[in-house]
Amino acid sequence: MSSDSHGHAMEHAFRQHHFVDAEQQFETSKLGMWLFLATEILMFGGLFVGFGLMQSVYPEAWVAGHHHLDRIMGSVNTVFLLCSSFTMVMAVYAASTNQKSKTIINLIATLAFAGGFMVIKYFEYTHKFHDGLLPGRYFSYAGGGPPEQAMFFGFYFAMTGIHGFHVLIGMGLITWILLRAMKGEFSSAYYTPVDLVGLYWHLVDLIWIYLFPLLYLVS
Amino acid sequence: MSEHHDAHAHTHSAMPYVITLGALLVLTGVTVGAAYVNFGSPTINIVIAMFIATCKATLVALFFMHLRHDKPLNAIIFVSSLIFLAIFLAFPLIDIGSRDKIHPYGLRVREQPKQAAPAAPAAPPAAAQH
Repeated sequence: MSSDSHGHAMEHAFRQHHFVDAEQQFETSKLGMWLFLATEILMFGGLFVGFGLMQSVYPEAWVAGHHHLDRIMGSVNTVFLLCSSFTMVMAVYAASTNQKSKTIINLIATLAFAGGFMVIKYFEYTHKFHDGLLPGRYFSYAGGGPPEQAMFFGFYFAMTGIHGFHVLIGMGLITWILLRAMKGEFSSAYYTPVDLVGLYWHLVDLIWIYLFPLLYLVS
Repeated sequence: MSEHHDAHAHTHSAMPYVITLGALLVLTGVTVGAAYVNFGSPTINIVIAMFIATCKATLVALFFMHLRHDKPLNAIIFVSSLIFLAIFLAFPLIDIGSRDKIHPYGLRVREQPKQAAPAAPAAPPAAAQH
């Protein structure tokens, strides 16, 4: 390695020996990420299908259930996630164009929007816990309405819960690449982790794009 | 070696991302506004909301997830997962939508005893309570 040119040595620092070159390694990583995202879509897909089927069977319970959700909080969270997706893609862009400080600032902004999302989620959840708007046999809401609301809140907590868990994992991953970016590990020659965490983060945003109208905007 | 990677990296400006974000925020406003309008039936409202959500998802996939300039294989994986999801959704919906053509209560079996109660001669108050 010591006899290599500087550029070559840099590539050797991150390229694994079983890849032809850095670009093949990057494309392979990305392909693997997309396959993972496809499994994520199918996993959430099961919940979406169940939600849609039960909505067609118990439409009045779905309308009654969604009245307990706060549209303002849901809308603000939608804006938070869309903005976080924007700052994430800006971080990928900055990393791929050797702008270290812009990468760091955008990753911190993404974390801030994600944190805002979780704070609002916390207030929504505690409100529902307090009112007894819980899944299945834990449903103890005193305000009446169709009993199948218990099923609506089963879907609500399963879908937003798994989604929220993805947001938390995403925050962990963004923190990880933020620390690596601060150490100056990324450049136009190598920014694969930033790109892949970005793809994951956009998928979390994409799922929320469907969750928001389905859960909050039933009419 | 490095100029090879530079050619691969994004050489465009950040402007498309700003425009995409603007479009996404506008579409969010549109979908919230549409929820307050009655288009005739709840089904039409859901179809409109899902159409707007799909427009937003397309923008995210094409621009934020770079599918527009990416290798086609990644887009094929993404779209095929959506196709299989559509199949997954379509067939149970057809099933449930046609249940009441062969069974009067469809999936709402919980309501069967109540409907069957008048036919039972004994203990009508207990049946009504049920």
